[in-house]
Amino acid sequence: MGKTSHIDESTVTIQMKDIVKKFGNFVANDHINLTVHKGEVHAILGENGAGKSTLMNVLYGLYRPTEGEIFVNGKKVNIDSPGKAIELGIGMVHQHFMLVQPYTITENIILGMEPVKGLQVDLASARQKVRELSEKYNMQVDPDAKIEDISVGMQQRAEILKVLYRGADILILDEPTASLTPQEIEELIEIIGHLTADGKSVILITHKLKEIKASADYCTIIRQGKYIRTVNVEDVTENELASMMVGRDVEFVVEKKNITPGDVVLEVKNLHGKDYRGTEILKGLNLTVRKGEIVGLAGVDGNGQTELVEILTGLRKGDSGEVYMNGENVFNWTPRALFKKGISSIPADRQKHGLVLEFSVAENLILQNFAEPEFSKKGILNKKSIFDHAKELIAKFDIRPSGCEERPAGQLSGGNQQKVIIAREVTNDTDLLIAVNPTRGLDVGAIEFVHKYIVEQRNKNKAVLLVSFELDEIMSLSDRIEVIFDGTIKGGMAGKDADENTLGLMMAGGNQHE
Amino acid sequence: MNEKKSILNSNALYTLIAIAIGFLVGALFLLVAKINPIEAYTKLFTGVFSKPKFVVWAVIYASPLIFTGLSVAFSFKTGVFNIGAEGQFVVGTLAAAVVGIMVDVPAVIHIPLCILAAAAAGSIWGSVVGFLKVKKGINEVLLFIMFNWIAFYLSNYVVNLEVIHKEGGGEATKDVLESAKILLPQSVRQLTGCSNVNFGIFLAIIAAVVIWFLINKTTIGYQLRAVGFNRNAAEYGGINANRAVMTAMAISGGLAGLGGAVQLLGMSMRVSQFATQESYGFQGITVALIAGSNPIGCIFSGLFYGAMKYGGSKLSLINAPSEVVDIIMGTIILFIAVSHVFKKLALKGKRG
Repeated sequence: MGKTSHIDESTVTIQMKDIVKKFGNFVANDHINLTVHKGEVHAILGENGAGKSTLMNVLYGLYRPTEGEIFVNGKKVNIDSPGKAIELGIGMVHQHFMLVQPYTITENIILGMEPVKGLQVDLASARQKVRELSEKYNMQVDPDAKIEDISVGMQQRAEILKVLYRGADILILDEPTASLTPQEIEELIEIIGHLTADGKSVILITHKLKEIKASADYCTIIRQGKYIRTVNVEDVTENELASMMVGRDVEFVVEKKNITPGDVVLEVKNLHGKDYRGTEILKGLNLTVRKGEIVGLAGVDGNGQTELVEILTGLRKGDSGEVYMNGENVFNWTPRALFKKGISSIPADRQKHGLVLEFSVAENLILQNFAEPEFSKKGILNKKSIFDHAKELIAKFDIRPSGCEERPAGQLSGGNQQKVIIAREVTNDTDLLIAVNPTRGLDVGAIEFVHKYIVEQRNKNKAVLLVSFELDEIMSLSDRIEVIFDGTIKGGMAGKDADENTLGLMMAGGNQHE
Repeated sequence: MNEKKSILNSNALYTLIAIAIGFLVGALFLLVAKINPIEAYTKLFTGVFSKPKFVVWAVIYASPLIFTGLSVAFSFKTGVFNIGAEGQFVVGTLAAAVVGIMVDVPAVIHIPLCILAAAAAGSIWGSVVGFLKVKKGINEVLLFIMFNWIAFYLSNYVVNLEVIHKEGGGEATKDVLESAKILLPQSVRQLTGCSNVNFGIFLAIIAAVVIWFLINKTTIGYQLRAVGFNRNAAEYGGINANRAVMTAMAISGGLAGLGGAVQLLGMSMRVSQFATQESYGFQGITVALIAGSNPIGCIFSGLFYGAMKYGGSKLSLINAPSEVVDIIMGTIILFIAVSHVFKKLALKGKRG
């Protein structure tokens, strides 16, 4: 990684002055300023809900600003529709792609502005133009590939090409790395380099500090709708960026008490299992987790970690093997029985497994415990104790907005939804906590919070199994790291001895001592 | 803004607008048919409200619809679409008729026995579908529709069995015994001037309250709703989703079956051979949708539909087709469905 700077300081392409955007009484943007030069990568940094996307939707013509002025190439403009934005050379790649799955990349790119020859769509010339653009920015896109057949990274390139095809000089990328693998992120940063070398400007909406350091020239920080400041990325550290974003100092290193791991809590022996397609994916896996330790399971997605967790939590049946929980073989028990035996989990997909979005926060907080005498007697729910329970946890875990006991969980922000799950699972206080990608999609403040509670469980002498695709997270939290590859444990090491290179090599199937 | 949002969020407002539009569209069709809509709607209104007797009749019409409405609403709450209330209603009617005709016991035993038989029959009819869905993975909508027709022909078959068939021709069963009828005492019938006044409406109201309580206040309701909203999360939380689906179908079917009992024991007294489906179950879908799947709301939307049906039957007196009621109800459903789209649009972009 590494950025290539091509800024032409003499040419300002975008200037947003004192932008205010109100929704009713709610001020989403409160006098925000933004200046972007030709050839510059400008990051917009802020927590979830800080107003980044609102600002960009104003620039792209999706929202009209309540107050403020926008200048493009020195001229004052009135952007009242995305069409107008595109005319002015502004293009936006949304976080969720808008592509027609059975169409080819070329067909998607020309959709809505098909070149015609007589009565026919002139696909040949469009294809040629797409190929030229792809080569110019080194994107390696096959113009004839169908969207449904290509990777997420490729789809994103198709979206970028779509914007370039329409003649954009300023590209807005909304959370572009949210669903990319580390390799794809690196390639994206390279493509961004090619774009700026050609004089294009890129505006990057993100809350990932590492990527800002790797790719951006300037960074504008927004907090709770307010403009904080614009910094030269070279002059600041990740820590400084984080505290500007959150508004207080952020602890990156989690305090860990010194504990010697105790008795074995979970022991998995020779576990075999299939994935959803029926192919064997777990091929004799062995794993132990003891009291008072966090075992980090590192690995590239698709090597069996999902299936392992599903078997451990009862959502999937394994083929053979043994799973001992506090000495008792609990292989293929039901979810309920496993929970009773002391396994709780923070699931990978909080909206699919973790929460019933239509349920209130209070109802979600009793998902496993609704039948306990505290919350129901003879099958009748005790609304008051359920409410009080929620009230207590909302205060303790700072779930926002406060007073959201009766609100549907779906109305909460992603970070707060995760807090609801953490609050529930940590309060369950079982012997083993399994956390799967517990900080995916969260901003720095929320990540710190989640990490604090995971470590606290360990400090309370509970066993924790942490499954994560974020190597940084595994390395900073784990007492012991095990690498999963092709359905077995490839090897392990103490957390304090871990280094990224060895882990990376093992995750790719290499051996520990080569 | 909060106030505005709560109005935008309110289903009741959209429902009322949809009802208004339904009447407007109905008026258009009446105009096209060269019938004065004001005259027709006046007839519809006076047909229900000009005499207390008429109101009582409207309530009698409403009782079975409240039950089928509850049946569908309950299924919606639990994530299943019970389009099979029609068939469950038919087997409920049939079971009540068989017990009502063949078993001769005092009323205190006979009535509960008939009602129980109807509920059990509807419940079994729903459960079989639930079982096939859960165990064999067959789409429940297809199954329900097939089971509606199986019930339809089963009923026509049973009606013609000699033991139960009306003596001396006619295409219906004998009447149920006096001890099985759920009519109110003779004095009340004379007072209201309505020969069929029965306590079905009270059963319907009790059922609505029980279902409301079951959904919102019990652990069973909690589990069923969790599975209905998000099966994955429910299973993750240790709820047995398959069992929940079976339970939901059994209860939903039972409610439709009860509707059949009320209609039979309070109103028709016998089962006739069908030429077409009677549609109590399908009308229940309308009742549930207007009520927004709220069990208490089903009482009111059921009464509304009952009044429309009863009032509509009098439209022929002014040479207006009673089908206009179907147009109005259909339009209402259409606009309630559309209102959900508008609601989403109206609320969109409210967050920064």
